[in-house]
Amino acid sequence: MKREDKKTESRFFSRRDVLKGAFYGLASLAIPIGSADASVWDAFFQKHFREMNKDEVGAVIDRLEKEYYKKFGKKFDIKTTEAIPGTLFGYGLDLSRCIGCRRCVYACVRENNQSRDPQIHWITVLRFKQGKKWVNDLEEAEKYYYPGEVPEEGYFYMPVQCQQCENPPCVKVCPTQATWKEPDGIVVVDYNWCIGCRYCMAACPYGARRFNWGEPRIAREELNTNVHYLGNRPRYKGVVEKCTFCIQRTRGNPGRYPACVEICPVGARKFGNLLDPKSEIRYIIENKRVFRLKEDLNTQPKFFYFFAT
Amino acid sequence: MTYARRLVLLIGLCVLFATLAVNNAYPGEEQEQTAATTRRKADPDMPKYVVPPPPLSEGIFPCSQCHEGMEPNPTRRELTFHTEISKGFNHAKEQRWCLDCHNPDDRDKLRLASGKLISFEESEYLCGQCHGTIFRDWKVGVHGKRTGYWNGRKVYRLCVHCHYPHWPKFQPLKPLPPPLKPDHIKYRKLSDDEIPRNPIGDISETVYKYEKRR
Ligand code: SF4
Repeated sequence: MKREDKKTESRFFSRRDVLKGAFYGLASLAIPIGSADASVWDAFFQKHFREMNKDEVGAVIDRLEKEYYKKFGKKFDIKTTEAIPGTLFGYGLDLSRCIGCRRCVYACVRENNQSRDPQIHWITVLRFKQGKKWVNDLEEAEKYYYPGEVPEEGYFYMPVQCQQCENPPCVKVCPTQATWKEPDGIVVVDYNWCIGCRYCMAACPYGARRFNWGEPRIAREELNTNVHYLGNRPRYKGVVEKCTFCIQRTRGNPGRYPACVEICPVGARKFGNLLDPKSEIRYIIENKRVFRLKEDLNTQPKFFYFFAT
Repeated sequence: MTYARRLVLLIGLCVLFATLAVNNAYPGEEQEQTAATTRRKADPDMPKYVVPPPPLSEGIFPCSQCHEGMEPNPTRRELTFHTEISKGFNHAKEQRWCLDCHNPDDRDKLRLASGKLISFEESEYLCGQCHGTIFRDWKVGVHGKRTGYWNGRKVYRLCVHCHYPHWPKFQPLKPLPPPLKPDHIKYRKLSDDEIPRNPIGDISETVYKYEKRR
């Protein structure tokens, strides 16, 4: 009997230790409540972006603006502008004009706050030798070309970025629904919901998604503080990002052209509303030789490569 | 350590070169910046848009400064003034000479094949005489660079902003640097000064100058 009692007692003590441990553990978790870092707690319990009401979104934006101010010492203006009814964005890229100068790549980096170190580029310009097999598998693409001048004799160039598929495989595979297609056709990522599993990167047939392998670094004076929650706001280490057709610029009335459209020195890049029969993108689709990349995969890109001449 | 430093130096150099390249990319824009934009007159054929003034050579225009009172000479010859134009001239050279586009009597005007005189501000009508399909594409916004708003006011460029009329082939550019190979990713925390700078600055400063000057 006595022995038994002792046993129970010792077990009881050990259980108490466990409980104590658990209590202190919880207490340490709870510390942020009430302290200045309550935002950590809020961030942890943030709802899915599409399930939040206006006030909840507003609270998230306030929190993020404070967070960014603390981190970068700059005031950010984070928009959550919704899709304009009656718009479905489409993009055109004139392969007979592109000279492969990469102005678009770096205009995009600047506009969309891509990390400078580790380096992230949303646009990749591919170079192909004329007359070689190319469009099926992109196998002979060269992306590190760096001659003194472009265009080079005997080559042509094809920039690739997110194709904003109508049937996006990346959205299907995301286990947390951190990426989805908006009503205006833009596929977006919520960087506060992404867990960094990179399934979407494996699923994307265009290699358009980028992963933040390290803490993204941008020189303070180069930060663009005009941002959209679903677009170019600063990202975190361990999340996936990609082209959003410059959602922070294009969703407006009037809405600006994307940065890559405006920088392209040869005017190879075209953008507009696919639902507007008078838009230039519709003119291109109806009058020019147009193709979509890897059409046979049924991803239905809204990115149209064309040949104006 | 030395490797990291070398890498930083390399990136720095790339950025420097790229900046130089960008600065040289649009030689015409400097002068355009100082002039006001013009609004295209209502033309039922064309959407509403704005065109910046043409990149006229400083000190050369107005042509009448010198040509007033000079006897027009239509013969093909080596010019003694405008020498670089007559040397470099490469725009259907066999079929064309100065007065096919420049108006002989009032040199500050261009002349269409119909005899109609137009100003340098609307030179696209002159180009469009031969390049009809391109002109059509340009009008709908498919040929050439445009900036502005996809659902609002657009800023076009004249043909001559990108194609120098006397040798119109688009001039080659220095490309910006290629992406780094994935092995550049290292665990190292750069100081603010060490972070590579982007070779392209704020686009609102790079491309909106026409619109700001309204
Ligand atoms: S800026 Fe234009 S010409 Fe240069 S690589 Fe990009 S699409 Fe091609």
